Amino acid sequence: MGEPKGVWVFSENKDLTLELLGKGNELADKLQTELAAVLLGQNVENQANELIGFGADRVYMVDNPQFKNLHAESYVSALTSLAKQYEPDVLLIGSTKRGKEVASRVATRLETGCVPDCTHLSIDENKRLLMGRMVYGGNAVATHFSCAKPQIATVPPRAFEKLEYKERKGEIIKVDVELEQPRTEVVEVKEIEAAKVKIEEAKVVVAGGRGVEKKEDFKILDELAEVLGGQVAYTRPLCEDRKWFTDWVGLSGNKIKPALYIGCGISGVIQHVAGIRDSQIIVAINKDPEAPIFEVADYMIEGDLYEIVPALSAALKKLLKIS
Amino acid sequence: MPRIIVCVKQALDVTELRVDSATRLIIAAGASRKISDFDKNALEEAIRLKEKQGGEVVVVTVSPEDAAMTSRETLAIGADKAYLVNDPSFEKSDTLVTSYILSEVIKKLGEFDLILCGEASVDSYSAQVGPRLAERLGIPQITYVRKLSLDGNVVTGERSLEDCYETVRAKTPVLLTVTGEINEPRIPSLMAIMKASKKEIVKWNMRDLSIPEEKIGVKGSAIQVTEVLAPKVERRKIVMKGETVEEVAEELAKALIEEGVIGR
Repeated sequence: MGEPKGVWVFSENKDLTLELLGKGNELADKLQTELAAVLLGQNVENQANELIGFGADRVYMVDNPQFKNLHAESYVSALTSLAKQYEPDVLLIGSTKRGKEVASRVATRLETGCVPDCTHLSIDENKRLLMGRMVYGGNAVATHFSCAKPQIATVPPRAFEKLEYKERKGEIIKVDVELEQPRTEVVEVKEIEAAKVKIEEAKVVVAGGRGVEKKEDFKILDELAEVLGGQVAYTRPLCEDRKWFTDWVGLSGNKIKPALYIGCGISGVIQHVAGIRDSQIIVAINKDPEAPIFEVADYMIEGDLYEIVPALSAALKKLLKIS
Repeated sequence: MPRIIVCVKQALDVTELRVDSATRLIIAAGASRKISDFDKNALEEAIRLKEKQGGEVVVVTVSPEDAAMTSRETLAIGADKAYLVNDPSFEKSDTLVTSYILSEVIKKLGEFDLILCGEASVDSYSAQVGPRLAERLGIPQITYVRKLSLDGNVVTGERSLEDCYETVRAKTPVLLTVTGEINEPRIPSLMAIMKASKKEIVKWNMRDLSIPEEKIGVKGSAIQVTEVLAPKVERRKIVMKGETVEEVAEELAKALIEEGVIGR
């Protein structure tokens, strides 16, 4: 057996696969090795060329109707056999909930490590993959490396950029793998009604916290979000304690990185900040001059959101000439 | 009647961590320990199943530091028996090792119907130990469960995924990881706390497990940590000024337009 080689990427989510290829391309260059995508599904041959266009030198493809049900067992057995056969050096897996389960199980079968939710990936002077992730409720970034191969990391959506599509040549390798029979049975799938734009994908997010006294008062935030072409988001206490909404932004909820985040009446506890830290511009509006959110803000206004938010909407309308 | 094992981690209370601003190092000394949040949901769910169907709830805690307070608290909440596996040599174990130790402990406990874990721990949040443990024990798993029922030997769990709720069925023994949505964990009464002092905590260490030393701690772990630092804060902290609210708002509006970050 030779040295493990190749940077591999896999996600059951296509957009995320392309983002992994974007980062994987950089890592493979540094390691002077090839970049490969693992494509698991039914009738997926047409997707293989697209993966090549987005950076894959090779596509390992397993075409099997059993992937239709998105059973973890199918993915786990396919990835494990492929990794045993071809011995990749690095394996990046998309950090969806399904992906995280798959990664943990593959890593166990291959008796290796796995660092989840990596937002920092680089190659050190010893050609090891350095994997950085947020720990301790967003208080710290921990950097890790793996002594065992493959070096497995899971990567959350929107951590890295995909490459531009280019017509390129690459190799498609069809592999026959015996898939494990699932021991769980999916009996029902209920789609969760998607918001207009998912909050993680919104370019502008106007977030409200405990400083918003009544649920109806969110109409002033809704108006500001509309003027800005954005979405409204909530903090965990509004969802968990007041039960006004179901989906919050923060470490345990959605992590967002919009171009513009405006926090209204949000104190900025560390768990919330962990979910907004990567925003390009952070604006904080809060009555309390000691609110920790001011520590992480680019623009800050100390004052009453009930006065400032409507005034900001009005000022923007005037300047942007929106009637 | 079901025998349910609940894996409970003694976690750092992350809200009590401090940061040394000069070095960006995390100061954990003085931060208290607590039952990891979602593990409390797992324990609560196990107790509710037992209240309906009878059976036994057994808690397993593996920790490099003394975690007797945590074991005692799980008994007060309603577990029947707690196994506390505590050895300083577990220090710096990664999830590969932690799941291995847990699997060896559980193999010693005999037959069971369900293993419940939290979806992730509140301090390291890796969400790996549950899935890895099921792999090691060779049993089916249902992760991110927000609703759970047990009918004879059939477990049904509704998984909370990003874009759907997926209802999954499997035959026992099954490992499930649960989300915070599944229930509201109870706070033990004074009576329950007093009664818990009569329940048994079984304390084990490395000598009670047939585990080779090279498979645990740093030696056994695949993942090593090079540094843990508070993230850099490089925000501009520009205060918006003006005589009136309108002036302040206009100054901010101009700044945002200039930044080019407006969505429309």
